[in-house]
Amino acid sequence: MASSVPRMVGRRLLAALPSIVAVVVVTFLLTRALPGDPAAFFAGPAATPEAVEAIRHSLGLDRPLPVQFASYVAGLARGDFGTSLTTGQPVGAEILQRLPASVELTLAGLVLALLIAVPLGVAAATRPGSWIDHGARVVSTAGVSLPVFFTGLLATYVFYYLLGWAPAPMGRLDLFATAPPTVTGFYLIDSLLARDLEAFRSAFAQLVLPALTLGLFAVAPIARMTRASMLGVLSSDFIRTARASGLSSGKVLFAYALRNALLPVVTTMGMVFSFLLGANVLVEKVFAWPGIGSYAIESLIASDYAPVQGFILTMAILYVLLNLLIDVLYGLIDPRVRIDA
Amino acid sequence: MAASCKAPSLPRFILGLAVGGALGSVALFATAPAAAQSREETLLVVVESGTNSLDIHTVGANPASYGVTWNTYDRLITYGTKTLPDGSLSYDHSVLKPELAESWEATEEGIVFHLRKDAKFHDGTPVTAKDVKWSFDRMVTVGGFPTFQMAAGSITKPEQFEAIDDHTFKVKLPVKDKLALPDLGVPVPVVMNSALVKKNATPEDPWGLEWTKRNDAGGGAYKVESWKPGQELVLTRYEEWKSGPLPKLKKVVMREVPSAGNRRALLERGDVDVSFDLPPKDSQELAKGGKVSVVGTPIENSLWFVGMNVKMPPFDNVKVRQAVSYAVPYQPIMDAVVYGRGIPMFGGPEKVTSAAWPQPSPYRTDIAKAKALMAEAGFSDGFTTTLSINQGAAQIAEPLATLLQESLGQIGIKTTINKVPGANWRAAILKKDQPILVDTFSGWLNYPEYYFFWGYHGQNAVFNVMSYQNPAMDKLIDAARLESDKAKYEDDIKSFVSLAFEEMPRVPLFQYYLDIAMRKNVTGYTYWFHRGLDFRPMAKG
Repeated sequence: MASSVPRMVGRRLLAALPSIVAVVVVTFLLTRALPGDPAAFFAGPAATPEAVEAIRHSLGLDRPLPVQFASYVAGLARGDFGTSLTTGQPVGAEILQRLPASVELTLAGLVLALLIAVPLGVAAATRPGSWIDHGARVVSTAGVSLPVFFTGLLATYVFYYLLGWAPAPMGRLDLFATAPPTVTGFYLIDSLLARDLEAFRSAFAQLVLPALTLGLFAVAPIARMTRASMLGVLSSDFIRTARASGLSSGKVLFAYALRNALLPVVTTMGMVFSFLLGANVLVEKVFAWPGIGSYAIESLIASDYAPVQGFILTMAILYVLLNLLIDVLYGLIDPRVRIDA
Repeated sequence: MAASCKAPSLPRFILGLAVGGALGSVALFATAPAAAQSREETLLVVVESGTNSLDIHTVGANPASYGVTWNTYDRLITYGTKTLPDGSLSYDHSVLKPELAESWEATEEGIVFHLRKDAKFHDGTPVTAKDVKWSFDRMVTVGGFPTFQMAAGSITKPEQFEAIDDHTFKVKLPVKDKLALPDLGVPVPVVMNSALVKKNATPEDPWGLEWTKRNDAGGGAYKVESWKPGQELVLTRYEEWKSGPLPKLKKVVMREVPSAGNRRALLERGDVDVSFDLPPKDSQELAKGGKVSVVGTPIENSLWFVGMNVKMPPFDNVKVRQAVSYAVPYQPIMDAVVYGRGIPMFGGPEKVTSAAWPQPSPYRTDIAKAKALMAEAGFSDGFTTTLSINQGAAQIAEPLATLLQESLGQIGIKTTINKVPGANWRAAILKKDQPILVDTFSGWLNYPEYYFFWGYHGQNAVFNVMSYQNPAMDKLIDAARLESDKAKYEDDIKSFVSLAFEEMPRVPLFQYYLDIAMRKNVTGYTYWFHRGLDFRPMAKG
């Protein structure tokens, strides 16, 4: 049993290779097909056509596409993602530095969403048609229909500008706090490892509003899925048996019903996590969060190829790993899945 | 049903948990008391987007880098400061001041500079004429923008520079170009620590551009303490700076905050000291609010305009161009697009009487006259065309284009608006295939002929978006560049301005403001043509 999990992981990773290769090819071609001319953009003000050509040559953009592709792949093999023209930094290093910011925010948003959505879904399922059910519906509809940049700006306006409870929306740390030494890249964890409570407090306070904004967006799918799945499980025979046997309602709900209802919720979570990574782009913009979403957008605006390619590739790898993780989680929650992975 | 009857309080409990969890996290927000002491000596600045290079010579160095290198590097000379009529400060283009050079004199061959002897780079190395020679060789060799900018002052080849001894430096000039000396005071001709850069150069990159992009090799009033591209730049005062009075601010932190609303909230709450380069609506409202001080300075030698491609029918017809000039809804643009944060450039006198640029054109909105001109041109039924705008400047260009579209519709010109993404704009204007567009251009050096050289001259530079070519115009512009007699020079300017107003390849709209909002205790803000912040004269009272 124990050895079947690593074997499955290995097999799944191998199966993901073709998609990664496809992503490399397609992003390369797509970025080249984008309208816009990086050479003209970076030639700066007052450039003549000759100057633009000179820049194009120095960027290697005048070489035939296959040659450009070969040098791109050769770079990738060495772990070199190229250099961003907009920020002037190596793309690999920048993504590595920015990815933890995005992942930390997304995870925090997801945890918040779970804390709100699962209880809400369970409550709604236990009393379908009641005010709680309707309330849950209203909350989740509102959460999903309000665009995140709007809730983000509204939250900043109320909690920062009017009430002054939230810290200034200026990124991951207070201006005067120093970042903890990097271990994981997650400030919450790193500051605890460094026993720097001041940095932890600052990082936590900065994280709350963006995470709430992001989390609200994810409440809807999780709550709906929990409710639907709980409803199904609650009306099944084994729950009736459990109740008939006189088990306490808490035990029936949490030990039996919820565990069985969680499987579709985990699937939804995988989906939600990936679209939260996408929604991140806007939240990062609103809160000046130095993640990879805002990085990708800025590069796209400047037709800066290397970071866009690097970003898509990173995301693709992240998705592959995420799907893998979900499959493994499945096995842990439901032993039946393990038999035939 | 049975289940819910058994435990009526459970769902309520769960809901309570959920709501409580959400509220609990809200309550944990409380802000920390900011370290009060360092706050007093630190200037906090928020901008929309920051620099992408610490060296203005690197390929693709963005406009934000001009302001950074202005503070971290010294040049041979700089400009003086003057007080504008509204009490705000501005650089003075007519006064050149020593920076690294204590004095200079014009000779037959060019200009000789005498360097100050006590200046040191940030690492303590003394500044010598060899560093100046190396830095100047670099700026005319690396190509791209720095090389171009220097060519505007006839500074093009390494052979023009000579280090006579450690503290004497000579620039030879092929012609007596009056823009040569002023051009040495723009952000480009920085003096670098040549030994330090050479140590970090590679055979593929002999000028060390890759290294200076990320590292400080200067001797300016501020040192780079840390830089996180896309996030934050921290500068600290260089205590050994000799090229001017020691700045008052010990530390400057520039944070990038992309959302305009948040930049405004941060300033109004007092969490930051300065918000630079604001959108016009925010400046207008902040100025009205009175909580912070807002300083707007008209950007010199700049103009928002409607350009018409004279090579593409029907805009090759001067009557059509004049009709458009009469159809532009000038006043609504001032009110609803720039919120009054600009100087109107329309409704001027019939005859050009001033040698200033920009100056108001004689046109004003007159739909009847525009219709008559359209009929004269043989387009009484109008025509269909495409109006292009730069989405990178959408805040102004987009509402402007909508107003223009509506107004042009009244004289029968049906337009569709073509929004070109910011990244593609320069490529698009290089192609010169757009019939009519809205754009802006500003020249660093404040001379009318400099603007016309880029915008109207038959050399057809990228900023001559109208492809306007007229030998009579070129003759006047070239004459003004070399004319030393003041009266004749002003006559040349008046002549080419009237020619421009007659032919109307571009319709002047307004001169735009550069707006900055500061907390009331911030002093010393000075407007510069390069539109970067100069921290050296600034202070917090």
